[in-house]
Order: sequence, then C-alpha cells, then structure tokens
Amino acid sequence: MIPAAFDYVRANSVEDALRLLTEHGEDAKLLAGGHSLIPMMKLRLAAPAMLIDIAGIPQLDGITASGGGVTIGALTKHAALAASADLRKHAPALWDAANDLGDPQVRNRGTIGGASAHGDPSADYPAVLQALDATFTLAGKGGTRELRAAEFFLGMFETALGANEMLTRIAFDAAPNSAYVKFHHPASHYAVVGAAVALTLSGGKIASARVAITGIGDAAFRAGGVESALQGVNPNDAAAVKAACAGAARGVQARADTFASASYRSAMADVFAARAVAKAASAR
Amino acid sequence: MQIDLTVNGNQTFIDVEPRLLLVHALRDSLNLTGTHVGCDTSSCGACTVLLDGVSVKSCTVFAVQASGHEVTTIEGIGTADSLHPMQEAFWTAHGLQCGYCTTGMIVSAVDLLKRNPDPSDDEIRAGLEGNLCRCTGYENIVKAVRAAGAAMRAGEARHSVNELMPIHPPTVEPPPSGEAIIPQQLQEAKV
Repeated sequence: MIPAAFDYVRANSVEDALRLLTEHGEDAKLLAGGHSLIPMMKLRLAAPAMLIDIAGIPQLDGITASGGGVTIGALTKHAALAASADLRKHAPALWDAANDLGDPQVRNRGTIGGASAHGDPSADYPAVLQALDATFTLAGKGGTRELRAAEFFLGMFETALGANEMLTRIAFDAAPNSAYVKFHHPASHYAVVGAAVALTLSGGKIASARVAITGIGDAAFRAGGVESALQGVNPNDAAAVKAACAGAARGVQARADTFASASYRSAMADVFAARAVAKAASAR
Repeated sequence: MQIDLTVNGNQTFIDVEPRLLLVHALRDSLNLTGTHVGCDTSSCGACTVLLDGVSVKSCTVFAVQASGHEVTTIEGIGTADSLHPMQEAFWTAHGLQCGYCTTGMIVSAVDLLKRNPDPSDDEIRAGLEGNLCRCTGYENIVKAVRAAGAAMRAGEARHSVNELMPIHPPTVEPPPSGEAIIPQQLQEAKV
C-alpha cells in the first residue's frame, strides 16, 4: 500500500516544528514514531501534504519518575516506558499499558505522545492517562497551555490539540496503587475493552478511586458512578468490588463490530474494571 | 530527495520519494530482497529489520525517516559462508517450512537475545509476538531460538552452509534424469 505523495522535512526543535506547522497550515502533520499515522496514510485515510518529522528533537524524550511525580516527554517510546523500573514502581498502570501495547517492534518505534495525539478510541493510554489524571502540555506559537487528560480526549480520533499545536509533555502525580488490564483483540492487540484504575487506600479501604475505560465508546471516559461506589470498599472483598463496578459503561453509546457486540463490550467494562481494582490494590 | 542510509555497514546514498517505505527502498533500490513484505499493515513482522540496533517493521517506516541511521537486514545478520547461530538453529531445529516469515523471525529473535541472552520459552513467545508464522507453527521456532541462545552463550563457532550440508544431507537423491519422484504408495495405487 502506497500513501499519497507528500513533502518531508525534519524539525530540530519545538520552535522549529511550530514554525513549520504554522507555515504549512492544515496540510501538515507532525510525524513522531509514525505507528498511528503511517498505517492511516497507507490506507489513504490520511493524506497530509507535508510531514514534519519531530523524532530527532532531543528534549522531548525521557522519563522522570519518583514518589513526587512522573514526567514523560512526548517522544518517549513505548519500549522505554515498558523497561522503566521507576515507572513500574510509581505508576504501574502506565507500565502495564506500555508492556501490553502492540508488539516489540511497535513498542520500539511508537511514542506516548503520538499515540495520545492520535485519539484512537481503542487505544490504551487514553484510559490510563485519565485514571492518572495526567496533565498534557501543549506548545503553540503563543506559548504553552496545560490540559487535563479528561479535557484532551474528545472523541473518535479527536483531541483538544489545535492545528498549530504540539504535545510536548505528560505529567501526573505518582500512583503506586494503579493498574491497567485489557481484553486484547487477538489480531490488532488494541483493547476490545481496557480498564485503568488509580486508588488511594486508607485502613484497608478505598479512600478514593479514579476509573477510566477505553474501547467501548468514541473515546475513553471516566466511570464516575464506579468511582463513587468504590469509596469505602475493601478492595479484597471481590463481591463488593464487583457490585461497585456494575454499570461502568452506563450512559455510554457502546460500539459494535464483528468481534464484540455493544452489550458484550459494556458487560466486559464491569468485569475489567473489577479486575483492575483488584490488581491496583495489590500493586506495590 | 536524497537520503543517506547505512545498510549492513555500507553507507549508501539513494534518491527516494518521501512516501517510499523503507522495505521497498531495501528491496527495490538496494536489491536486498531477504526482507519480505507480508501483510503490509504492521502486523506480521515479515519485514522486520534492525534500525539503530532495535527491531522495527520496515513497512511502517518511511525510508526518509531512516536517513542518517543504521539498518541491518537479514543479509547483514549472517552469510552463507558464516551463518549467524540463529540462522543455523532455524535450520537444525526445523524452525521453518515455507520460509516467508523466517527472515523477519530471525531478525526479531536476534534482537530478543541481545536484550535477554537466556530467555524462557514464555519470554521467547512474548518476544516474537510481532512475528506471525502461518505454516511451521511456533513450537520449532521456539526450539530454534532456545538452541541459538545456548550456542551463543557457549560462544560456539559459526558454520557455513557447506559445512552443515553433510550433517543434514538431502534424504532422497534426485534422479539424474530429472523426472519426478513418485512415492511407492502412489505408484501402487495406479491412479
């Protein structure tokens, strides 16, 4: 499959990339690892006239993770996240997702920023980053702005990223009791359903919970009803967790395809949310 | 546009359209046809090469992205005169039938052993998750990777194809006249 013709240029810095984006307008797309964009271009679902390759910008690659918080450059590859012992300790939900995503070759090439900016409704990070309540830093010509994950993911392949903006950094507080579990599509490795959970525990009970689900609707979403129902629940009480996770996808228009019906997807949201709660509670 | 690719240690300059995929640059521009196009959708791994030493699917990389970088294809992994232990192990453990996935499988397995020189069977299977085989089945592929790991850890010498031939000679000599070999049962069936 051959994509439509385009011009190619490399940006050496964020400023350079933003200048090129402004110069070429809506015909231009940023290219990082290319593992979301290139497949779409090969199918001619995307046909940008100009690709601005940002993969070589040095300041945007790296992970800083401690008890104080986690900061990740947008160009950090999935493989680097999957190999980070610090990330595993301080945000196991994201570590789980990075290890579970695609396959080794895809993880060697794809980036967290590229995958997030793509806004795929079945991607893993949109759920994880909402459960971690991450802050996205977007650079534009007028400076930078910060958005919370829930404000960033808007719909199917739709994010709050402006045409002349670039996602540079993702940051969040450490969440040692967090987890992500997913029901793999056996061929694509995307999430048929994926559930991300971040808990704070107090005296053996859940003091607060953030729960986000991907793979069901047009975009990953926070399951607010489940979050409130989990408060005060003993995470080791499987029946209580199951009851709290019931109706995780309530109010969401579930998608259906040849692999999973809408009602099956919704039912699995409850099951995987409960599994993620159990896993998050036992993470340490 | 002109790009600068170092492929199997040789620096080359080629003119490409930006939309040319790395796999096509390797096969069509550089005549390195050991890298195969399988699914062409980033799934099957037949097109796997090493880019700066790590495995990637060359059907999902534009050649222009690889400019200034180092690519290793199956031709750079080993040669007929000096097979890589992984190539020898795929032969001796019968890790292939049709061979279409094999070059990508070997490149991925070489990358896996670089990161994990003594993987368990589960780790081998997880490490080859990005490579699909539709005929051998994965059992012998896992055995081959295990055998290659053992040979590499033991620092065993490399062999040539000619050295290995006497160990694995053809089981049936082809008739000199070149006519078809008809199995005994089929001859007796008189169809």
